[in-house]
Amino acid sequence: MNLSTLTIAEARRALDVKEYSALELTNAYLDAIEKKDGEIHAYLEVWAKEAREEAKSADEMIARGESRPLTGIPLAIKDNMLIEGRIASSASKILENYRASYDATVIKKLKEQRAVFLGRTNMDEFAMGSSTETSAFGLTKNPRDVRRVPGGSSGGSAAAVSGGLALAALGSDTGGSIRQPASLTGIVGLKPTYGAVSRFGLMALASSLDQIGPLTKTIADARILFDVIRGHDPNDSTSLPDVPSVFNKKPRTIGVPRAFLSQGCDADVLECFEATLAHLKSRGYEIRDLNVPNLPYSLAVYYIIQPAEASTNLARYDGIRYGLSVAADSIGEVYAKTRGAGFGREARRRILIGTFVLSSGYADAYYRKARAVRELLRADFQQAFKSVDAIVMPTTPSPAFMFGAKSDPLAMYAEDIFATPANLAGVPAISVPRGEVERDGTKLPVGFQIIAPHGGESTLFSIGEDIETMEA
Amino acid sequence: MNKNDVDVRALAKLARLEVSAEELAKLENEIPDILAFVETVQKAAVSRETTTPALHNVMRSDENPHESGVYTETLMKAAPVSENNRVVVKQVVSRAEIFRKQSDHENPSVVSKKATKK
Repeated sequence: MNLSTLTIAEARRALDVKEYSALELTNAYLDAIEKKDGEIHAYLEVWAKEAREEAKSADEMIARGESRPLTGIPLAIKDNMLIEGRIASSASKILENYRASYDATVIKKLKEQRAVFLGRTNMDEFAMGSSTETSAFGLTKNPRDVRRVPGGSSGGSAAAVSGGLALAALGSDTGGSIRQPASLTGIVGLKPTYGAVSRFGLMALASSLDQIGPLTKTIADARILFDVIRGHDPNDSTSLPDVPSVFNKKPRTIGVPRAFLSQGCDADVLECFEATLAHLKSRGYEIRDLNVPNLPYSLAVYYIIQPAEASTNLARYDGIRYGLSVAADSIGEVYAKTRGAGFGREARRRILIGTFVLSSGYADAYYRKARAVRELLRADFQQAFKSVDAIVMPTTPSPAFMFGAKSDPLAMYAEDIFATPANLAGVPAISVPRGEVERDGTKLPVGFQIIAPHGGESTLFSIGEDIETMEA
Repeated sequence: MNKNDVDVRALAKLARLEVSAEELAKLENEIPDILAFVETVQKAAVSRETTTPALHNVMRSDENPHESGVYTETLMKAAPVSENNRVVVKQVVSRAEIFRKQSDHENPSVVSKKATKK
């Protein structure tokens, strides 16, 4: 088996006809991790012993003829999802030794299928960042060029899949944290419709934006993983009811918000994007220019709402019920010292911004205004989807960048310009690798982003497969 | 947003966050820059400040409670300091504070007299 090209679909076939066992497959990945992860550092912890046990249990299930889509499939899990009894730290010192008390719903669904958990992957601390550089536990390198970041915040999950260190992975996407690292490492990343996948057991970052989704090598694999983790969950108050999809037709019209795309986007990335569009046109799609008037406000709206919700959600880490606790004379000092010592710089920065935009006297001008503009953006998308089946944009304005290249917070935030609109509107979006651009003599992958109406994941898969099967 | 308009030290206090003097100096530059960027939302034409959210939370029905205590041990294990199935915390309200509040309540004139004296 060739791990760099192996897909879930192919492994499923091979496991079911017993070409190799789930244990052999898991051992192959554990060997690859042993050899390569010293350099890449996709994983914060590898669960070798547990993974072998899970693989054996999967082999029994296969032997009984009861195999399901993910039985025996070795996966990597982002460090912000809970697996009972195991450490889940969100790459933060404040949760360095925290052991989960229960299984996240997505984990429960994967366990029911006897999927194999290889380990937990590195990420930006509490999923705040676009390079995985804000992790408290070291850098993760991009397998396509180890001098560069893998993107973030799900950078470890993306690097694991791209580097052949996991067959597929779970990530979470609050403002591009699945799609951007997928784009920078040359794989597929899906952010499902808000509410499609339960967040029960996902550490909350910004609750009106967070969504769990798959990082995979192919569209088919993304669909397999999404179909397993989706579904209504009474334990998540934002979970959508299970209703049959209304998107049964083959998508035909694609909208391009051209006026918005030139903003800070590299010329060759834009060329790559246009070339993909031309291919889609030759495949029979109708390409239309689209006016989405409030799109240019997305990034500013996002960087008000996201820190506001993050500062609220991170208030629970205070050294009392779980996680790090720094002893002090008064309870107020326990809070302040624990949080000061436990949170990294970016987390602290966003907590302070969130505190400001929610503070009395400023909440109207910042937080409430941002919420109102967000509703305008949602309405813009609804309007746009009356005339097109999907909207497309590049996933990121540039390919993978060097470590330390974006030390200015605003430069890093600009990385999310094309990713945040889908989170704000709650619509599903996917990044599909398509084309390469050259930087310092290395060819780097570029992602093509497709956005569909609420519940329109099948539209994303359909267009995504047309891109995947295009000739270079 | 002007640099002088943001009191980062006060924000850190509100957020219960200890920040070193060195980091505070950096944040006093970074945070106004970020706020100046996000202020662009104020240019957007919004007709109504309050909008009806498109979604609402759906809670599970409050029924079939689990047996009391079945999760206690697991959850208590996560607490940094615990004793007899209780989480141990520093005293939240001190005795002196309670007495002061009581006397303020019973004899408010004392407070106002003191205040006038000042």
